[in-house]
Amino acid sequence: MNAFNTRHDAANARQMPVKGRPLAAILIITGGLAALALAMAAATAIGAADIRLSTVWDALFRFDPELSSHHVVRDLRVPRALGSALVGAGLAVAGAMMQGMTRNPLADSGLLGLNAGAGVMLAVCFAFFPQTPYILLMVYAFLGAAIGAGLVFGIGSMARGGMTPVRLTLAGAAVSALLTAVSEGIALMFRVGQDLAFWYAGGAAGITWPQISVLWPWIGVSLIAALLMSRSITLLSLGEEVAAGLGMRTRWVKTAGMLVVLILAGSSMSAVGSIAFIGLMVPHVARFLVGVDYRWIIPCSAVLGSLFMVLADIGARSVNPPYETPAGALISLAGVPFFLWLARRRGR
Amino acid sequence: MDRLITQDLAIGYDERLIVDGLNLSIPTGKITALVGSNGSGKSTILKTMARIMKPQRGSVLLDGKAIHSQSTREVAKQLAILPQNPVAPEGLTVRELVGYGRYPHQKGFGTMSREDREIVEWAIEMTGLVSFADRAVDQLSGGQRQRAWIAMALAQQTEILFLDEPTTYLDMAHQLEVLKLLQQLNEEQGRTIVMVVHDLNHATRYAHHMVAIKSGKIVAEGEPAKVTTKEVLREVFGIEADILFDPRTGVPLCLPFELFRESLRTAKNREHQQVKSKQEDRAYGKQANAVTNG
Repeated sequence: MNAFNTRHDAANARQMPVKGRPLAAILIITGGLAALALAMAAATAIGAADIRLSTVWDALFRFDPELSSHHVVRDLRVPRALGSALVGAGLAVAGAMMQGMTRNPLADSGLLGLNAGAGVMLAVCFAFFPQTPYILLMVYAFLGAAIGAGLVFGIGSMARGGMTPVRLTLAGAAVSALLTAVSEGIALMFRVGQDLAFWYAGGAAGITWPQISVLWPWIGVSLIAALLMSRSITLLSLGEEVAAGLGMRTRWVKTAGMLVVLILAGSSMSAVGSIAFIGLMVPHVARFLVGVDYRWIIPCSAVLGSLFMVLADIGARSVNPPYETPAGALISLAGVPFFLWLARRRGR
Repeated sequence: MDRLITQDLAIGYDERLIVDGLNLSIPTGKITALVGSNGSGKSTILKTMARIMKPQRGSVLLDGKAIHSQSTREVAKQLAILPQNPVAPEGLTVRELVGYGRYPHQKGFGTMSREDREIVEWAIEMTGLVSFADRAVDQLSGGQRQRAWIAMALAQQTEILFLDEPTTYLDMAHQLEVLKLLQQLNEEQGRTIVMVVHDLNHATRYAHHMVAIKSGKIVAEGEPAKVTTKEVLREVFGIEADILFDPRTGVPLCLPFELFRESLRTAKNREHQQVKSKQEDRAYGKQANAVTNG
């Protein structure tokens, strides 16, 4: 942003003409879906007990209730793989939308208070209403995420001069710390620490069919809504005033977008717990590959997010079998270096 | 008849009114410059006239109809606004950016029609960016970047164009580049241009109509020679200046040589300090009393 650039600088600026972004995006979507199918097949085969792919096939299409391996595939592995894929897409698309709407490259459900907010509500549920059915847990996680996000955006925009990316990130860190402390307090007082710790570690281990049946309509509809909104998100990423000047109803788009984000992130987190970094990393990878148009970023994020989450779940099962390594920890292990790299690249 | 006028406009954030009772008329087919010191409300007025801010009271009329109650998309076909210092997402190319100018004319998912593409290419050509069309906006020079944004506004194909400080952060050559482009758009295509400018000499040189604003009120308005007077400069900017006339164009030039506020402020400060030191003396006295009493 050098105001004293000479005319020559620009001519010499290192540049590559951009070409074929939609082509790249279509390749990523088709290739990604194929890879996702393979990864999900692998996910049903790999685990504490390795099951051959042919057995997986049989379990799916020639189910034999006598065989325990068929039950493992049908009742444990398939929902788990499906759930991972759904949740990965949900988290990644939620992150992409947040980054576009707030013009903040660091936006992510973990950094904007959604995770911590959902955590508090779940802690309350675990402590006071241990019998809460899953669908209600999901609604509470969604409400908690909304409260967390509301606090972060409220505090972030309270300061004079309005919301800046830095303020939003700072408010997110502060609110997350506070809410996490509150849920830990509840956990200690009511001895639900273990439930909560499991939730915080994040992982697809607990996903069952009833959960999937609740989860998929919400995530599916939200993903479609995200796709329909993608052009508006691109416009918002040019800046709110620019978007308003072009005749977009910014307030409407932001409200609808935030609702979609809350549903995606809230329902995903109620299923797999607090998984940070997917929402941060995947959209950046997608943007790096397909450019700045959210009509491509959002579908690519969905595919790549699913793929990444399914792979992380395979990792969670195979790092130290027969024990589960928390997928959240594995993702953070990959996410932190990426985060640092991103911050460094930005700072240049 | 002017297409764009404001009626008894009041604008503010929260309770505080920045502008109160503004009646302004924008001459059609001319370049209008809004000038004023920082915080005078000129940007706020510009944004409200371009309907991206809502007024507390009063209305902005475009062709006799209140702009804030019309479909914002329809308005976007009539007028375009370029906010102050817009920032393009990293990696967005000039052609992509200009393409978004077609938004108000498109339906649904935003596929570009042949007409859209032709207009985009025309806007790129108008702004002299043909050889930069596939470059990322964030890697262009300041002047080129500003021209790319102007190209986006041009692709919107509106008769009225608002610009908020289009030359800020640019060096002199780039400033001239942008202003000349605006002049060309006005002269060749008869577009109405309304801009906020900081440099008075740019305003006098390129605008047909000047509006000097202080604390949200119009202090003077009219052609540059009428507005650029010692009295107006003193009132609006708090500067003492000589007014010369450019031998080349005959437009007034302003040469500031002294802060008008300075003399006032130093006098006030002295007064204020005297009062303050007296109060402090009294406070010390009380404290001393308190100590002895305690």
